[in-house]
Amino acid sequence: MQRVIATLRIKLKFLQNFILQKNPNPPVTVVSRCNFNNEASFETKPYKLHKLDKGPSTSVTVTREDALKYFRQMYTIRRLETASSNLYKERIIRGFCHLSNGQEACAVGMKAAMREQDTIISAYRVHGWAYLQGVSALGVLSELTGRHTGCSRGKGGSMHLYGKNFYGGNGIVGAQVPLGAGIALAHKYLNDKGVCFSLYGDGAANQGQVFEAYNMAKLLKLPCVFVCENNGYGMGTSSKRSSASVDYYSRGDYIPGVRVDGMDVLAVREASQYAIDHCTSDKGPFVLEVETYRYSGHSMSDPGTSYRTREEIQEVRLSRDPITSFKEKMLISNLASADELKAIEVEVRAEVEEANVRARTESEVSIEELASDIYINPLEPEVRGISPFDSVKHVNVGTPFIPH
Amino acid sequence: MAVHSRSILFCKEISKFLFFRKNVVRRSSHFQYYPDKNTPVEGETTKLNMFQAIGNAMDLALEKDQSAVLFGEDVAFGGVFRCSMGLQKKHGKDRVFNTPLCEQGIVGFGIGLAVAGSTAIAEIQFADYIFPAFDQIVNEAAKYRYRSGGMFDCGRLTIRAPCGAVGHGALYHSQMPEAYFAHTPGLKIVIPRGPVKAKGLLLSCIEDKDPCIFFEPKVLYRAAVEEVPKQAYKLPLGKAEIVVPGNHVTLIGWGTQVHVLCEVAEIAKNSHGISCEVIDLMTILPWDSETVFNSAKKTGRIIIAHEAPMTCGFGSELAASIQEDCFLHLEAPVRRVTGFDSPFPHIFEPFYLPDKWRCLDAVINIVKY
Repeated sequence: MQRVIATLRIKLKFLQNFILQKNPNPPVTVVSRCNFNNEASFETKPYKLHKLDKGPSTSVTVTREDALKYFRQMYTIRRLETASSNLYKERIIRGFCHLSNGQEACAVGMKAAMREQDTIISAYRVHGWAYLQGVSALGVLSELTGRHTGCSRGKGGSMHLYGKNFYGGNGIVGAQVPLGAGIALAHKYLNDKGVCFSLYGDGAANQGQVFEAYNMAKLLKLPCVFVCENNGYGMGTSSKRSSASVDYYSRGDYIPGVRVDGMDVLAVREASQYAIDHCTSDKGPFVLEVETYRYSGHSMSDPGTSYRTREEIQEVRLSRDPITSFKEKMLISNLASADELKAIEVEVRAEVEEANVRARTESEVSIEELASDIYINPLEPEVRGISPFDSVKHVNVGTPFIPH
Repeated sequence: MAVHSRSILFCKEISKFLFFRKNVVRRSSHFQYYPDKNTPVEGETTKLNMFQAIGNAMDLALEKDQSAVLFGEDVAFGGVFRCSMGLQKKHGKDRVFNTPLCEQGIVGFGIGLAVAGSTAIAEIQFADYIFPAFDQIVNEAAKYRYRSGGMFDCGRLTIRAPCGAVGHGALYHSQMPEAYFAHTPGLKIVIPRGPVKAKGLLLSCIEDKDPCIFFEPKVLYRAAVEEVPKQAYKLPLGKAEIVVPGNHVTLIGWGTQVHVLCEVAEIAKNSHGISCEVIDLMTILPWDSETVFNSAKKTGRIIIAHEAPMTCGFGSELAASIQEDCFLHLEAPVRRVTGFDSPFPHIFEPFYLPDKWRCLDAVINIVKY
């Protein structure tokens, strides 16, 4: 009953929001372009380089169109995470839920540099990545709530999102890094000129298999960008207390690396572009450290304040927030108007809110799917160990990303 | 619909959150808790839940044995399940400390520490994360004594890991991996069913001269509350306990599943007139064959229930051994009621678990056989 009331309240709020927009802001494209600059250049913070004579350019240029896109993407991710957080607190999302608010510029910056054939694999802080790889807001949120409209049909939950060229969504710290090297090998073997972005955090950087992957990637000259998203904390332990060297960009030893300001979407884009160029010119792998910050705790069950101060979080929010700072840049350089950005925000809110409502109300997949997609061709039709009341048969429901 | 509301949340912060939201309907999980009636030692007791009992055991171990060291991911501020709360403050930063996120390293490090004479208590944050350390446990820890002809061993190593279904853990926060390790001679594997057992068994593991893996059903950390003796006490490893005596059917389980079986025994008795004997195995390796075989010979009907999948679950080993030793006493084939041979599901947990209804069905059918 309470759930129903909660759902109704949300619907009501949604409708109110909708009605309140008496004069809905016109779509971005309608606004006359002549008032704005079509592109603008900015200086990034200096990069730190490892085994490189020359790094990415500190002067970056962005077109108005791209800037609006990045803003929309970052804002959508922020809204998605806020929605996830609320759904979790209402106990509609179960399981473990890791938010990436504060880290939006990392994913959006990398995505901006990635080409059609490039691939990405990451750990469990991937709601934003799924969205960037083409999963709808509904696909993300309803995966979290375990509904059939989720990108993994509700079967994976928060940590297990997948999309085109997006290999997940992995629950075990560091385990995805060697997989990324494997995907890079496939790029090389298939000669599709693609690059794999293999992401991990500053905590996972201490897993032994990361170094195994470095070695193989270098040995085989794989087009793999090892991306260390350094948000300062591996769960509840700060990077300084967990890592003998916090220069993650140099921890590939024989692999060149760059540290970039992960709160600056344009710097991340520039550095990612540089990494792609490095990998595609047959120079082998690359390590990219993206220095960022997470506002939330490690997961929803961590308030994130027992190992750092509230002031620290507040300070980052005020001085380094990736969305606010990018917004300011756009306004100062006259790439967009405040009204225009406000309109985008309203649109995004509506999009996420609609997904939020549906993520609560869509149905779960049926019990037959308990045993779906365990094998492609099981040797016996029924799953062992099943309930005596109903049998559950092996079935295949999902569509393989790469056809068999 | 019910899928989402069935479970209990355990982290402290979430409990705080619930505290402020009393209107949230908090439905029970898949079992009803049966507190331990036996007091292992005389003397003063105190009311503790399982994470407190485990913390208390480690506190006593650190106090008694100055060589004892506790480490793992985030244990310095209490660990994600709060087991080591206050221990760093009391015993010092050099004895209770955080490690990086590197399970293979944690266990390897623990083996080295133990082989050189320290008592090592290593925490793996979730049993689901133990697999990077599989090689270290199976090849290094378990075989150290054997391969050195008895010259070296890491018997002072105890690995603790929260395990099992929690109501909402999905694929990587719910598994019961005991069977993987039970295949390894040289290890001891222990799973408690509540605070009293946890304290005694953990102290035994810490003092035991073989490497032990202590799996803690995480759903019990807060749900299980008992009067626990204040003093240090040990419970024997390799000994099962008859939790409920009975004559018609033997039900064998460990960890959380024991509580499911206790309720099944109650329903079977009250509604069907079937007398069930419930055995808590407690030690998986080496398991107590004497208690199990005696019960099997008495009842002739055995049901084994565990959360892990059926194929090669530890129930398989029990079933094979029981039929080998008690064949002529058996009235029906040994039955297993287990998790499905599927990955641990996200939204289907209530269907996956061998709950009381599935176990009760097995009881009724085994009697009819």
